Amino acid sequence: MAANPMSQFDVYRIGPEIKIGAFDISFTNASLFMIISTVSILLVFNLGSKRNSVLPNKIQLLAELSYTFVAKMISDTAGSKAKPYFAFIFSLFMFVLFCNMFGMIPYTFTVTSHIIVTFILASFIFIGVTIIGFIKHGFGYLKLFVPSGVPAVLLPLIVVIEIISYLSRPISLSVRLFANMMAGHTMMKVFGGFVISLGLVGGWLPLSFSVALTGLEILVAFLQAYVFAILTCIYLNDALNLHH
Amino acid sequence: MIKKIYFQSIFFSFLFFKEAFAAESGGMPQLNPEFWISQIFWLILTFGTMYVVLSKFILPKISNNLESRKSQILENIEAAEKQREDSEAKLKEYDEIILKSKSEAKTMFNQTREKALKDIVAKKEVLDQQIDDEINKAEKEIEVLRVSAPNKINKIAIETSSELLEKLIGSGVNSSSISAIVDDLSKRNGDKYYGN
Repeated sequence: MAANPMSQFDVYRIGPEIKIGAFDISFTNASLFMIISTVSILLVFNLGSKRNSVLPNKIQLLAELSYTFVAKMISDTAGSKAKPYFAFIFSLFMFVLFCNMFGMIPYTFTVTSHIIVTFILASFIFIGVTIIGFIKHGFGYLKLFVPSGVPAVLLPLIVVIEIISYLSRPISLSVRLFANMMAGHTMMKVFGGFVISLGLVGGWLPLSFSVALTGLEILVAFLQAYVFAILTCIYLNDALNLHH
Repeated sequence: MIKKIYFQSIFFSFLFFKEAFAAESGGMPQLNPEFWISQIFWLILTFGTMYVVLSKFILPKISNNLESRKSQILENIEAAEKQREDSEAKLKEYDEIILKSKSEAKTMFNQTREKALKDIVAKKEVLDQQIDDEINKAEKEIEVLRVSAPNKINKIAIETSSELLEKLIGSGVNSSSISAIVDDLSKRNGDKYYGN
């Protein structure tokens, strides 16, 4: 098991098999880490919002800094109209961030390294943004595919490209997060394997690589959560403020 | 050189992994749809619960906290500003009072000094007058005494000389003749005895 760096992504059932109709919704290690992430998010932010002292303590400062960080990110990219979606983007950012960060602990499971999870999140965002766009602008939302100031000859080509790029949004959004997580964790596992196989004599170099990679992966974990959230904001911005 | 070997080995190991997957489970565990439904279900459940709790309970509280802190800080700043202005005004008032009292004290001092000087002058004048009066009185007395002294001396001289003569001669002597002599003498030697 240890030899295969992909075995860390295995999903296995914890407890009995639960079935609703034909669907298997058994509790797995993925479910466990989803619950751990959400519970820790709720715990941190509940503790951080409980007391309101003028001079905040550490956990309150953490909660409030995260709040202002996400609020600033949204207002910078999507403007003031995006305020009703703040809670969703905040939850999204925190969920992805906590799942990524919990994945950095050895022997844990990275929820976001599974394409199905990121794809569900991304397609939910995609569908939601599309619905918001059509509600706000009606069929005028289709102008998004027709950029202004483009020569008439190029227009059919541009429209096709725009439509393809729009439709590929959920795929790019989900694959970016999933691939980053999977590649990073696989790399770490591979280098860890080298440490063992090269032993005391030659294992130091891959070990130092592994240490460096851990730092990099923590950065990537934060960055990918940030990118995921900010891309959501940008898509939302397209839907709320039609620029084209 | 060692690095090169490492990188080559990494590269080759990926190739081997590919083979291993092909043999073992047919690719990445991510693409195995066995637990997809379960993952979707639990994702929606956990994320949905978290979203509801965050948006309904926790985020409004944090925003409330931030707002109240902001307003409290603004209020405090305003209050501090007001107090500063107040204290500045009070300081000005205080300065004015000090200035006023200083000038008052000065005028009072001057007034009292003048008054005292006046008093002193008046008293001095009175005293001078008194002294002058006394001097005049004394001078008059002295004058009176001076005027009366020769007569008294003459009288005493007459009495003593008559007594002396009585004791020497044994009988009384006409006092008028003695007084004539004394008068004569005193007139002659007046300057000697009573001159200044």
